[in-house]
Amino acid sequence: MSLIAVRDLSVSIHRRPILAGVTFDLAEGGIFGLVGESGSGKSMTALALMGLLPEGASVAGRAEFGGRDLLTLSERALAGIRGKEIGMIFQEPMTALNPMKTIGDQVAETLLVHRAASRDGAREAARDKLARVGLPADRFPLSLYPHELSGGQRQRVAIAMAIALRPRLLIADEPTTALDVTTQAQILDLLKGLTRDEGMALMLITHDLAVVAGMARQVAVMKGGHIVEEGATETLFRTRAHDYTRRLFAASDHRPVRRPRTRDGSLLSVEHAVREYLLPRPSAFAPHPRLRAVDGVSLTIRPGESVGLVGESGCGKSTLSRAILGLDPLQQGAIRLDGQAVTAGHTMPRALRARMQVVFQDPYGSFNPRQRVGRLVAEPFHLTGTPRDARDRVASALEEVGLSAADMGKYIHEFSGGQRQRIAIARALIIRPDLIVLDEAVSALDVRVRAQVLDLLAALQESHGLAYLFVSHDLSVVRRVTDRVLVMRKGRIVEEGPTEEVFAGPRDPYTQALLAATPTIPEDWKERTHAARD
Amino acid sequence: MRVSFALGLALALSALAAALVALVWTPYDTSTLAIAEKLQPPSATHWLGTDHFGRDIASLLMAGAKTSIAVALVAVGIGMGAGVPLGLFAAATRGSLADEVVMRGNDLVFAFPSLVIAILITAVFGPSATNAIIAIGIFNIPVFARVTRGGALSLWTLDFIRAAEVAGKGRVRISAEHILPNILNLLIVQGTIQFSLGILAEAGLSYVGLGAQPPTPSWGRMLAEAQTMVTIAPHVAIFPGLAIVLTVLGLNLLGDGLRDYLDPRSRRAA
Repeated sequence: MSLIAVRDLSVSIHRRPILAGVTFDLAEGGIFGLVGESGSGKSMTALALMGLLPEGASVAGRAEFGGRDLLTLSERALAGIRGKEIGMIFQEPMTALNPMKTIGDQVAETLLVHRAASRDGAREAARDKLARVGLPADRFPLSLYPHELSGGQRQRVAIAMAIALRPRLLIADEPTTALDVTTQAQILDLLKGLTRDEGMALMLITHDLAVVAGMARQVAVMKGGHIVEEGATETLFRTRAHDYTRRLFAASDHRPVRRPRTRDGSLLSVEHAVREYLLPRPSAFAPHPRLRAVDGVSLTIRPGESVGLVGESGCGKSTLSRAILGLDPLQQGAIRLDGQAVTAGHTMPRALRARMQVVFQDPYGSFNPRQRVGRLVAEPFHLTGTPRDARDRVASALEEVGLSAADMGKYIHEFSGGQRQRIAIARALIIRPDLIVLDEAVSALDVRVRAQVLDLLAALQESHGLAYLFVSHDLSVVRRVTDRVLVMRKGRIVEEGPTEEVFAGPRDPYTQALLAATPTIPEDWKERTHAARD
Repeated sequence: MRVSFALGLALALSALAAALVALVWTPYDTSTLAIAEKLQPPSATHWLGTDHFGRDIASLLMAGAKTSIAVALVAVGIGMGAGVPLGLFAAATRGSLADEVVMRGNDLVFAFPSLVIAILITAVFGPSATNAIIAIGIFNIPVFARVTRGGALSLWTLDFIRAAEVAGKGRVRISAEHILPNILNLLIVQGTIQFSLGILAEAGLSYVGLGAQPPTPSWGRMLAEAQTMVTIAPHVAIFPGLAIVLTVLGLNLLGDGLRDYLDPRSRRAA
């Protein structure tokens, strides 16, 4: 029997259609996966069900929930349903909690708002719920504030709030996208357990096919405000009836054609690098405690080689890449690029600096919004002196990354995320460096765009003999694009070796844990693609 | 939103227009006295009436606008000229001793009651419009330094600054090329607010006799001179009071409107 029956749900905002004819059924107690790329309308679908659409939105269709149509209920009636019968959690655990209130009060508040318990009863229930989500009161007292918890723990608090009143449906909008893989695995396990034990249905919204594969019984694929395909997860994954589903699958598993031309010798060598930060003093006269972000790391990158650096947030990989780029000084150890010392700030010769470039994760923060693309791409010429044919070189760099010379006159906000990442690559290429540090460079991109950018990177590597340092938390991507991989944990390299070897037979327990936690689509589900290709 | 912005713009522009016109022409000469025509109510010949010396109030207001706007403008200029570079410097060296020194110096200036310092300056150097400008200007410096530092700090964490560093650019270059253009909106908005505060401060100083000295016309002094005559000729006090209120109101509305208008998020929605 279905818990929610959505029929022909259409939403438009300021007359711009956002959703059109969305129809699906959500079974009681089951897990329903809603997958799609950014802008496909999956979050809007959830917001429409919750009656939380932005201003200027108009809704049509029906969404029956317990005999009532959610789309026609008054705000008052919806407020009674939200939290009580339908709970919701969001992507960003850092902002989902009120920093000024204790976790106990926040969970209890849900109960008090719906007058489901007395003040003492609510605290008791909060204690139970927090214990249920893996935050037992002996280690996580109710009096803790959100800043005292990690991202995964905060997401657990958010889940405790959402399930405090035993809702019949929990909507989770990208609940693990901002989390590390091992934390993600724990949160997904928790959500799975909750649906099983509490008989609660879960609507799991995600862009990650592998997450859905491991979780959902039913799945719907969204694109451009429509559901293009829907069905039982395994059947849908095996058959892939719709063309878009097929393309999405191909992209999420895409392995760019690489013909690495690694040359002998060492392009970059890092020897026993140590980088410490001073933490705030615990009291006025106490010494600063030190945090060793990078703790005696050594590595080499050969010319033309792709090296992956993987690890979870806080492992020191960003600190290390900043030091490699000559942005931060080391306290001990040395970094050499082709034999020359890499140092921070002005002390590093420009000619040396010009041999390294970087592409960052965030396609939105990577560019000065007030400069035109031509000027943005030309920025690294600061290191080499602007050549006379600078404009032509900017134009050809843009063409090389699949854009056109005419884009030089545009501002960055006129481009999509994937195009911006191409522009970032053009900027890195313009002075023909030997090494490009790719700092989570494809992590923010949708799978299909990501596949294209990975292809582009592979082609450029081949044509320019570039070396890449591929810094990422995403093991499955690193596996597909690197020759060698380094696994970093708490400032140290715990394992390194040829990528396939490390992934096929990890020796370090941490690498094993990382790989085990990485969601995957079962191998035999993929078989049909090969059949289809033959 | 649009209406208040337009209203603010209209009020601010009319004050500015009055001041500009007063540079070359006023309906009557503001330095000639005509005691016979003193304290006349508004009429066809004197639109806003005359004061106790028989001077045309409309002309005085126009000439006063010139003083007020000049004082406030130069004071904002001093504040921006010194405060913005200080703020950029503090943000570029964030966390260092230099940052600390600049910002604590700012706090020191903030901690003094501005009017008391203004009185001190004019007491030492003598009351004049120039000294009023300096006094008001000094107190604008920490305001701009703080706004600049605050805006710049969040920009320094962004990746395009990292990219500029990778391109070998130094702090000065990055501050000028990447930081400043991106906080210009903030500074323009703060500028209009400080401008209106400057007009108020000038009026206040002139009111207590520490600003522009006779015969330079000033809204604040007009008010001061009118206060003994409020019961017999209220218009002599009302019009300069209105001029101050409307100009300050206009500038504040303009500031609010500019804030919305210059915010790229609101522009995208439009």
